[in-house]
Amino acid sequence: MTNHWIDIKNSDAVLIIGSNAAEHHPVAFKWVMRAKENGAVLMHVDPKFSRTSARCDFHVPLRSGTDIPFLGGMINYILEKELFFKEYVFNYTNFAFVVGKDYEFNDGLFSGYDPKTRKYDQSKWAFEKGPDGGPVIDETLKNERCVFNLMKKHYSRYTLKTVSDVTGVSEENLLRVYDAFCATGKPDKAGTILYALGWTQHTVGVQNIRASSLIQLLLGNIGIAGGGINALRGEPNVQGSTDHGLLYSSLPGYHNLPVSTWQTLADYNKANTPVTTVKNSANWWSNRPKYVASLLKGWYGDAATPENDFCYEYLPKLEPGEDCSYMYVMDKMYHGKIKGGFIFGVNPMNSFSNTNKMRAALDKLDWLVCSELHNSETTDNWKRPGVDPKTKKTEVFLLPSAHRIEKAGTISNSGRWLQWFDKAVEPGGQARNFADIFVPLVNKIRDLYRKEGGILPDPLLKMHWTEKFDPEEWTRRINGFFWADTKVGDKEYKRGQLVPAFAQLKDDGSTSSLNWIYAGSFTEEAGNKSKKRDASQTPMQANIGLFPNWSWCWPVNRRILYNRASVDLNGKPFNPKRAVIEWDGSKWIGDVPDGPWPPMADKEKGKLPFIMTKDGQAQFYGTGRVDGPFPEHYEPAETPLDSHPFSKQLSSPVYKFHTSDMDQMAKAADPNYPYVLTTYSLTEHWCGGGETRNVPNLLETEPQLYIEMSHELAKEKGINNGDGVIVESARGRVEAIAMVTVRIRPFTILGKTVHLVGMPFAYGWTTPKCGDSTNRLTVGAYDPNTTIPESKACLVNLRKADKLTEIA
Amino acid sequence: MNTTRRSFLKLMGVSAVGLSLGQLGFDLAEAQAYASKLKIEGAKEVGSVCPFCSVCCQIIAYVRNGKLVSTEGDPDFPVNEGALCAKGAALFSMYTNPHRLTKPLYRAPFSDKWVEKDWDWTLNQIARRVKDTRDKDMVLKNEKGQTVNRVDTLFMMGTSHASNEECAVIHQAIRSLGMVQMDHQARV
Repeated sequence: MTNHWIDIKNSDAVLIIGSNAAEHHPVAFKWVMRAKENGAVLMHVDPKFSRTSARCDFHVPLRSGTDIPFLGGMINYILEKELFFKEYVFNYTNFAFVVGKDYEFNDGLFSGYDPKTRKYDQSKWAFEKGPDGGPVIDETLKNERCVFNLMKKHYSRYTLKTVSDVTGVSEENLLRVYDAFCATGKPDKAGTILYALGWTQHTVGVQNIRASSLIQLLLGNIGIAGGGINALRGEPNVQGSTDHGLLYSSLPGYHNLPVSTWQTLADYNKANTPVTTVKNSANWWSNRPKYVASLLKGWYGDAATPENDFCYEYLPKLEPGEDCSYMYVMDKMYHGKIKGGFIFGVNPMNSFSNTNKMRAALDKLDWLVCSELHNSETTDNWKRPGVDPKTKKTEVFLLPSAHRIEKAGTISNSGRWLQWFDKAVEPGGQARNFADIFVPLVNKIRDLYRKEGGILPDPLLKMHWTEKFDPEEWTRRINGFFWADTKVGDKEYKRGQLVPAFAQLKDDGSTSSLNWIYAGSFTEEAGNKSKKRDASQTPMQANIGLFPNWSWCWPVNRRILYNRASVDLNGKPFNPKRAVIEWDGSKWIGDVPDGPWPPMADKEKGKLPFIMTKDGQAQFYGTGRVDGPFPEHYEPAETPLDSHPFSKQLSSPVYKFHTSDMDQMAKAADPNYPYVLTTYSLTEHWCGGGETRNVPNLLETEPQLYIEMSHELAKEKGINNGDGVIVESARGRVEAIAMVTVRIRPFTILGKTVHLVGMPFAYGWTTPKCGDSTNRLTVGAYDPNTTIPESKACLVNLRKADKLTEIA
Repeated sequence: MNTTRRSFLKLMGVSAVGLSLGQLGFDLAEAQAYASKLKIEGAKEVGSVCPFCSVCCQIIAYVRNGKLVSTEGDPDFPVNEGALCAKGAALFSMYTNPHRLTKPLYRAPFSDKWVEKDWDWTLNQIARRVKDTRDKDMVLKNEKGQTVNRVDTLFMMGTSHASNEECAVIHQAIRSLGMVQMDHQARV
């Protein structure tokens, strides 16, 4: 989230799209309702009417996979009617940057496309460069290749009629949302967009979110109270686990894992450290070498020196462009290329797309280590229904894991608040937390290397490690230490003392930090700030519910990101009634500003607000995404249409997929699979249900798999409420109970009726007779930027079941 | 007097150290009689965080004699203000349900059953397999002769259930083993 949970109350217009927030974040939804009490308009745009819709002023049903037309239509509406916030757009965005002559967009394809590799040459989209290598800026907008002009041209195609035809949303409903939300383009109004997996789980997932950025920047809604683009993070510590980079291509703190072409730390830094020519751009990532050196120092301690590149050589290096995300790992596994590994606290055999392939792939492993609270579809895959265990070779070690109340440490909530939790009771039975599994395991491996030798032992033997896990010691390591006596201002720090903030991190080996964004969370002066329980606030802070003294928030306790965009060039809030920060003539008050510099009116020292972009400006046009500099509509990989009016390019030209015998897909407008399926979670179950199905009271409230369908479709198929139903896709077959409802209605798409059905994915065979994985139906087609599968839209057929075997 | 439910309960507890009921400004005899029968009476309060979505509602675990006796939302936490959803409200059953795994289990190749094992044996077996695979499959140089120091045949999946500290431990361990295939629920 750019903002945080409580801040939603400051909004004048809440657009919930790609999320069923009331169902999935029920407690935080009180802040949405608080906004409503304050007079905000609440809108829910989603394929089905849900608990969220019921709380909103209105619900607008949208065919799954058509968010970009919906948002593109809004961008067009803002530009045509000039509803954008001019001062904000002119001062804080790249609207006037001139794009290079190689950029083109023709009939759904951007320039630089290679159909053989299904990839774009992104260099074709580069900005025009001036004599100093910096951007060419034409604030008169006379150049037709200015970002603003290109954007206007691109979205002029997103007319009300075309958008309505493709999304299935009536023009009247489109206007209701556009009018209500675009009213926040005024300096004293705020609109927030709340999204979740309903946006990410598409082959255009990243571009869904990019489209929302365009809207929020046009309306001046980023950096302000009640604004922002707020990813409602679902998983328990998914903010923290992402910050700590448990992802193949990341190092902790949002750095890339090295690739083979970066052989030295200097190569790495050169490729990953942006250089700007814009004088008043903070270009924060120019500090990256300090953060990477401090990370390596944290990992390798005294062994890491400037002379040996801080042991950079020890890091594994990928081949450029290699994808090792879970869908690719599972595909390699299916082809017998993986020998063994760990699956901790996740249940892929129920919650990953195209589950039948996942289950078959897992059989190919020699050995598997799982750590879980309960048996799951993953741990017990070798004895799944229809399989003879005596034919399955995989050796499985199943380790009982501790639950939250049984361990201590920190988590980071969706608003980036770092919250400490204490250990209340000892783990049940012989259960252990994950670190008390990994630390002794690694120590046993180290012992084996010491005794036997082996290949490349140094990365293991020379690392700064521990004999026994102490959580708070690692909270300190994450914050970071001085490794040499250092003077900061008037204050002297000794080797071994905590660094006070990331501004003190160095690239000379004198500091460590396992994650620079958390530097400052645990200091000599204030202790462990994640433990803070102080609700005190200044009246200015209390006005917007900032709570700066409760816990701590990355970065540097800044509660609202990009908050320098909430003020004008003189540092005065655009909206004085809900000020986030304000320059009082000598300093900033309110939230912690995005950097200490004075307002931009100070031509020497002032800085642009978007400090994480190279040139300091927010980007309507960006060259960093592999599928285009502007979001463009493409149908889902499996679509009920064989054409759409935006272009001849039916689906994304660059979405990723696999080609094994178990990666079947329906044709476009396939008569064998005429219905759109979307999937979702439930309040009473946690995602795939691996935990909650084992809690009797929760299972009782939501006991079995169902399929929601309209009365019209049910009638057409001769299905009654409560009947057993067989649902089939090109990849699998699932049993469910029919829930015939007005919550889902048929869509009219380009004059044709399209039916959509919805199913939760919380059920699996290890809980007897509740049904089995819905994801056996979902598709193996992935966003080209993130490789997230398109679990929210695929094609199915269905019929009344004669007999059910999975559900009692 | 601004008395939240939590400070009210605290005051109930404090009456033992001499705070008179009169200081609360109203008659609490009935409530006090009720509170004395609460299952949390005399239990230690431990601050924790609900283990589900990223709202991260703070909770209070009540512990007596090392045993969990109750859980509830923390009314002082500004985000959840004491509230919990159906899952959060079911936390107590989550910890006490009969399906919890309690011992390391082992399933041998082609076997049709789990066998209980101790931790030491189990971790020794895993360490053996990790080292053997790493030693056999470590790629020191790629085809171009560039140093890559990676193992392509091992993987790690998980987890957003881990604390930040556990994540830091896992990440450091995985990279030092030379593993590149690591992923978790951020990509769902």
